[in-house]
Amino acid sequence: MNRPPALRLAGSATIGGGRIFGPLALEAPAGEWTCLLGPSGVGKSTVLRLLAGLRDEVLFAGEAVAGDGETLSGRVALMGQTDLLMPWLNVTANVTLGARLRGRKEQRDRALEVLERVGLSGHAAKWPTALSGGQRQRVALARTLMEDRPVVLLDEPFSALDARSRALMQDLAAELLAGRTVLHVTHDTAEAARLGHHVLLMREGGLTSVTPPPGPIPRRYDAPDTLDFQGRLLRMLMEPA
Amino acid sequence: MTRSFRIAAATLLGLAIWQAVVTLGELPRFILPGPLSVFATLWTSRALIAEHAVVTAVEVLLGLGLGAGLGFASAIALAASPIARSLLRPMLVFSQAIPVFALAPILTLWLGYGLWSKVAMALLIIYFPVTSAFFDALMRTPPGWLELARVMNATPGRVLWRLRVPAAMPGFASGLRLAAVYAPIGAIIGEWVGASQGLGYLMLLANGRAKIDLMFAALIVLAVLTLALHAAIDAVCRRLWDG
Repeated sequence: MNRPPALRLAGSATIGGGRIFGPLALEAPAGEWTCLLGPSGVGKSTVLRLLAGLRDEVLFAGEAVAGDGETLSGRVALMGQTDLLMPWLNVTANVTLGARLRGRKEQRDRALEVLERVGLSGHAAKWPTALSGGQRQRVALARTLMEDRPVVLLDEPFSALDARSRALMQDLAAELLAGRTVLHVTHDTAEAARLGHHVLLMREGGLTSVTPPPGPIPRRYDAPDTLDFQGRLLRMLMEPA
Repeated sequence: MTRSFRIAAATLLGLAIWQAVVTLGELPRFILPGPLSVFATLWTSRALIAEHAVVTAVEVLLGLGLGAGLGFASAIALAASPIARSLLRPMLVFSQAIPVFALAPILTLWLGYGLWSKVAMALLIIYFPVTSAFFDALMRTPPGWLELARVMNATPGRVLWRLRVPAAMPGFASGLRLAAVYAPIGAIIGEWVGASQGLGYLMLLANGRAKIDLMFAALIVLAVLTLALHAAIDAVCRRLWDG
């Protein structure tokens, strides 16, 4: 993996003449975890899609670039709310999907190693339909890790999981994605309070940076300063923008 | 009620209604024979019927195989290339405006009275449903998968073969299921227009000689063959692509 770049997005986006967001300026520091927190419909996912290079339907005036001035294409991995596993591929084949789509050799050994790291070593030959929602999302995380990209974009990847699976996945993702530039879109204040080195609050009025408690991530979900910070984030979300 | 019991009950009910119509309507044998006399004929003429059934089955299977293969290839060409779409799609739709029935005499003229004019009919009649069902599915790949592939810097050819085609196989399967029912229609039309063997030929022959029980016997065999073909294809598709 190359040195992770910072992410910078500045500008405004419209779709069919209607405003989605902006003008705003967003910066995600290199090698750190930034949470983009906000209610539904403020354009959080659009920010992520623009950085991922998926801008088909959106008219974007501005720039969505890497801080080191080089192109983002080929340096980004994306993990979404749905696991997007292919039902006709088994777990290992799903994890090595990227290599196959690029015409490279699948690294089966590395895939098995990654599966072990996400706690699915016994499931390598299973079909996606045989897995639970939490396990499927672990496979998606393994697929993301397999891409080994310096920038990882997360679009509410844990929001469909039950509370326990979600907390476990947060721990796992924080551990395995450490050192990469992560931009994590979420509407869950508890999640942002646990995971963000930086938390950006996105509201109709624009972006507000909120300083989280010091210390490494993931923060303990029941630590007083985490809960306190979570409360503060929610309070800010409830305020009129 | 189990599935096989329900099928047996429905079959018995159908036969009872048939016999009732014949008995109560006092219909003569040359208008509508009862099920008993039809099954008696089916048994006594089993060698004759089987001989013709084999011919029709070969025509149907060849037409089905070739039509499905051609439909598969066409749908992929259409999905892969916008130029192919703009050129071929209007032709494809126009070809559907021509009733396949009307082509049967021409096909017989071109390909003769033998096997291939019937194969061509079966092929033509299933080509559009297979192509159309598979093409529609190819164009409806879930956008999330395509976006994932884009972020992974996938090449267009690999997206087609490794993502869009496997994702569209259930669509191809529904095209094949339709084809299993349509292909025998094509073969029979071909046989009606000009043939010296096959179930369609036998039915026409029996009809002309007022052997209505033989005609119905051939019709029943044809229906059973079609159902068996559909069931076989359905089983294969289910196994491969989960319905």
